[in-house]
Amino acid sequence: MMRVALIGMGSVGRGVAETLYKKDLGILITGLADSRSGCMDSQGIDIPAVLSAKKNGSPCGSPDISAADVIKKAEYDVLIEVTPTNALTGEPAIGYIKTALAQKKHVVTSNKGPIALACKELRTMAQKNHVALRYEATVAGAIPIMHTLEHGLAGNEILGLFGVLNGTCNYILTRMAAEGLTYEQALLEAREMGYAEADPTYDVQGIDAAIKLVILANTIWDNGMTLNNVDRTGIDLLTADALRLAEEDGCTIRLIAEAIPRKNILRVSPRIISKNHPLVVEGTLNALTLETDLAKEITLIGRGAGSVETASAIIGDLLFIRDRYVKRS
Amino acid sequence: MKLEMKDSPGQLVAALKPISDVGGNIIAVIHQREPDSDTDTLDVQIVLELPEGRLEKLKLLLQEQGVHIQRIGEERLLYTQTVIMIGHLMHTDLSDTVGQIDSTGFAEVSELSMCMPAINERSSSRITIKSVTREDMAAALAILRRVALQKSLLLVEPLEDIA
Repeated sequence: MMRVALIGMGSVGRGVAETLYKKDLGILITGLADSRSGCMDSQGIDIPAVLSAKKNGSPCGSPDISAADVIKKAEYDVLIEVTPTNALTGEPAIGYIKTALAQKKHVVTSNKGPIALACKELRTMAQKNHVALRYEATVAGAIPIMHTLEHGLAGNEILGLFGVLNGTCNYILTRMAAEGLTYEQALLEAREMGYAEADPTYDVQGIDAAIKLVILANTIWDNGMTLNNVDRTGIDLLTADALRLAEEDGCTIRLIAEAIPRKNILRVSPRIISKNHPLVVEGTLNALTLETDLAKEITLIGRGAGSVETASAIIGDLLFIRDRYVKRS
Repeated sequence: MKLEMKDSPGQLVAALKPISDVGGNIIAVIHQREPDSDTDTLDVQIVLELPEGRLEKLKLLLQEQGVHIQRIGEERLLYTQTVIMIGHLMHTDLSDTVGQIDSTGFAEVSELSMCMPAINERSSSRITIKSVTREDMAAALAILRRVALQKSLLLVEPLEDIA
């Protein structure tokens, strides 16, 4: 049995807990914390009880136990860090991850902040402690982009990548093109559907896509890129007329994240793109095209968000760690 | 181009071969025999694409084959890209924006479609640019990018072919 501590009980955390409980994967949750409380049990926590408590708005454990306590004191092999992204400081997640790595615990995270801000430091720390740091869920939700890069395309040189990495923007642009909605109308609809936050800035100005681009660039090329290196334009100034003008040419407009190191391009911007292009996906879907020397172009399409979809990426990382490290020890 | 050649077997092939020799791409060959023609020559029209700077070499090769070039109509601009610009396009002097591309000598605006929903509201335009080479297109787009920044316009560029 591999033991995990789960920090964060938002939509992703609940998806992970529920899936680990439902699927007999040989993974036991021995520590658990949300923003207000925590619990530990080396024999395994009663997940249905925790999930129903969360449903009723109750904390998941005792208010005397903090997330930091769980990370320090629980008995576990892998820390699952799924607290909300703080794009400015990465905290408190960076602190959580460092504490776990220092204790020679593996870490799996869906949190973009730490990986975008401190990728190199955290990776070095993991290497030093001979543990894994995996973050499949940080980019493009359920799409196994990290596994594809690491295994399927091992031996390929990645020459460039192009991605639709923000489902909110893609939904808005899809609706503007399909129904001739204005940006404001499509945003309102996205909010009603639960696809956009009350403050949509982070999504519509391309910040979220840019952070994911930075994570990909650092993972692939280890080139020390940060959010400040991204040439970024959002979708909030697009007009319904612009979408129609593109349409008349057999094209549409999508927010594309693009990295081509040999041309010094690291950019997130709305682009005119042929409707037949594989990156033109509908609704909240994400898509990623990699250009490589051997495989040439590879496009992956899938759900970029969602509780269970994101859990899929996290569980892929967990099982990788189990097969690679935990089983043998 | 319009060619005049001897009306004898193998002449047409002889005239076409130099085109591929210089890396040209034949798009169409129009060959019409005048029924009452009493001359021993044949007029052939060929539409072709030729890389920059190869035309002189082709002329020379055709002459060596005994083919006479009657006329060459040259469409100079080969690369086309379409961008969309959004903002206060009229207030920021649209003809100056277009002029900045046209005055380069290597690229020009060949088409412009515009929507102006209401006074004081932002307009949207689709601008097609033609240029001689790929590098010229990149330079033209760089100019537009600079102009867009200066005039606070949103420039939506095409996603280029992955290359």
